[in-house]
Amino acid sequence: MAAVDTTTGRPGAPAAGGDTPARGPRRAAGTPAGRLRLALSKHWYAWTLVAPVAIVIAVIVGYPLVQGIYLSTTNANDQNSEKQIGQFLHIPATYKSVGLGNYTDILFGANTTFWARLGWTVSWTVACVGISFLIGLALAIMLNRQVRFRALYRTLLILPWAVPAFVSTFSWRFIMNHDRGFLNHALQALGLPAVDWLNDPSIAQISVIIVNIWLSFPFVMVAVLGGLQSIPAELYEAAEMDGATPWQKFWYITLPALRPVSSTVILLSTIWTFNMFPVIFLLTNGGPGDSTQLLVTYAYNKAFTGMRQFGESSAWGVIILLILVVFAVFYRRSLRKQGEVW
Amino acid sequence: MRRGIAASALVAALAVTLAACGSSGSSGGSAPAAGASVDPSTVSGSVTYWDTSDAKAEAPTYQAVIADFEKKYPNIKVNYVNVPFGDAQNKVKNAFSTGSGAPDVIRSEIAWTPELAADHYLLPLDGTSALVSADDFLPNPVAATKYDGKTYAVPQVTDTMALFYNKKMFAAAGIATPPKSIDELKTDSAQIKQKLGKTGFYLRGDDPYWSLSFLYGEGGDLVDANSKTVTVDNAAGVKAFSTIKDLVDSGAAKTSVTDGWANMMSDFQSGNVAMMINGPWSLATINSGGGEFTDKSNLGIAVVPAGSVTQAAPQGGQSYAIYAGSKNTAASQVFVQYMASPEAQAKIFQGTGALPTRKSVWAEPAIADTDEAKFFKDAIDKAHQRPWIPEGGTLFDPLKTEYTAMLSGKESPQTAAKNTGDAYRKNLGWK
Repeated sequence: MAAVDTTTGRPGAPAAGGDTPARGPRRAAGTPAGRLRLALSKHWYAWTLVAPVAIVIAVIVGYPLVQGIYLSTTNANDQNSEKQIGQFLHIPATYKSVGLGNYTDILFGANTTFWARLGWTVSWTVACVGISFLIGLALAIMLNRQVRFRALYRTLLILPWAVPAFVSTFSWRFIMNHDRGFLNHALQALGLPAVDWLNDPSIAQISVIIVNIWLSFPFVMVAVLGGLQSIPAELYEAAEMDGATPWQKFWYITLPALRPVSSTVILLSTIWTFNMFPVIFLLTNGGPGDSTQLLVTYAYNKAFTGMRQFGESSAWGVIILLILVVFAVFYRRSLRKQGEVW
Repeated sequence: MRRGIAASALVAALAVTLAACGSSGSSGGSAPAAGASVDPSTVSGSVTYWDTSDAKAEAPTYQAVIADFEKKYPNIKVNYVNVPFGDAQNKVKNAFSTGSGAPDVIRSEIAWTPELAADHYLLPLDGTSALVSADDFLPNPVAATKYDGKTYAVPQVTDTMALFYNKKMFAAAGIATPPKSIDELKTDSAQIKQKLGKTGFYLRGDDPYWSLSFLYGEGGDLVDANSKTVTVDNAAGVKAFSTIKDLVDSGAAKTSVTDGWANMMSDFQSGNVAMMINGPWSLATINSGGGEFTDKSNLGIAVVPAGSVTQAAPQGGQSYAIYAGSKNTAASQVFVQYMASPEAQAKIFQGTGALPTRKSVWAEPAIADTDEAKFFKDAIDKAHQRPWIPEGGTLFDPLKTEYTAMLSGKESPQTAAKNTGDAYRKNLGWK
């Protein structure tokens, strides 16, 4: 064991008769380099199989990510970015590094809208995920029973999910039109006053949440339904023998058994909803004012309307990414504390 | 979008050497000295044209004119693409900055031209065959085609805004003449509500371009480009914001901050409102849409109502611009020359009601005698010029946010004006 200094991993005195110090799996297993070598020699075929995927992901995810992080420290915009005009005219980029200027400007600048946007984005995410989860759970439990026309109900309930989001959102925009929309016609037919679904700042916030719930509950329903069907019937039979009430069966059997499914569903829905673009963009385009503007639609506006601010927009993107990474890490940790491993 | 550094350096070196050659790359290799020196019939190639006109109401007319062009120049093939106006600016910039899939000729909203020219995307057209009889164009549309002393676009159509009104509804409410001021607009609206039970005026609430005549009417403007000053939140600006808000609050006007265009057009067409402010680009839809205006003579057009200082509507319009990286510059120039020719302009006016930009076309009796032309000729000569600056692209987005926030009651007119001004100062770096 003297050939390698196990605390630093550096080769120590040359091994007797050998010029390759970390030879042999047993001797080198304790050092990082040795472990890598062991893994490579033992699992080389696995590495070979994984390599193409790893390379592709590095190129299509890693490269834009690094590029975006780099841009977020510059003042890049339409005017100072690199241009290739036709075959011969090339205009090199002239943007400058601004360090963390974009970030401090977004977070602490004089007219920052970040905190208001973050507040609305979080409320929107919590409301959408929470309510669509409850609706999806309730419907899944109902559909898991023996009811007549069950297949028909299932198909109908999955429909909102099957229609492309932009089609549904446009339909909702017509339905919610103040003067000509179906909703207001229906309300007026019932003798109720018309509601300004998309033109009043607070009602517009409720409207976009309603539409997003409508779009997202089928996913919860289908996933939970799958989870429900994997719960062994013996558990319920045993509980019945012990005289458990329906509520007790739900609380002590169904919910714990659904935990792996529901924790994944909630994590995914949270990430999707936090970054939900089409509903906001097509229904209100962030308005009235900026009352329904999410962090992600705001970042889009910065990057793609009027004079496009690539640097500032990238900084918004990086901040959004960091928020979601922090959320995912804490969420996983709290699940692990409850004994959940995934 | 970034390419390899070595390749960039090579291309940059090439660009330096080629920059001296100028940008007029006719297929023969000799740069045309003046417009007339290239015989258009000898030019061949294909031209990709991105049109942003209304796909239903306007595009068929443009396609018919393009068909005429192809008949006249059989060696040039035109690849017509209709791009929705809302997406176009972004698409154009993406295509132009990388050169991949870029069109040769675009229909450039007049405010885009200085921005695209400052980004080196557009071909200077002075002395090329694209720009023949340049002094035949009206001075106001021409003003928006210049950047840094050069011409980067050829005016296609020009426009400004006016008050459109329903003559039958006015007669039924006992109103003899259209309102000349905002105060008169309010009284007329009240009378229409009392007699007909309808709202008088539709104010488009989702696009702040429709608010500009109110701003100009109070003697205000978005910015003053000469002194590099932001003016939108001065006293005149705040007054304009308050006037607009008061129109809606008092019930004289109705608005929508999400579906402004569709609701406005359908309410006006079906006789739910008697007045709206709009531009000649809406004539094609009004004339073809039936409803109250099946009888065309029911449509009245008047000058936009005056504010407390003056009466003015914004200068608008569209131009043809050629991509600096186009491989078909010679063919593109011939194409633009034809599309901006008097005969093409006359045909476009007859098909869509979009106003011509050439003095000679306005002089033609068949055009000059129409009601639209009679009214709009005067209006476009007096139209209020917008700031033709490369930073024009930073003006409308903050204004839209604040305008809709104010109209929906989220912000006071004072706050909305101030926030717009602050955003401009940050974006432009002006005082």
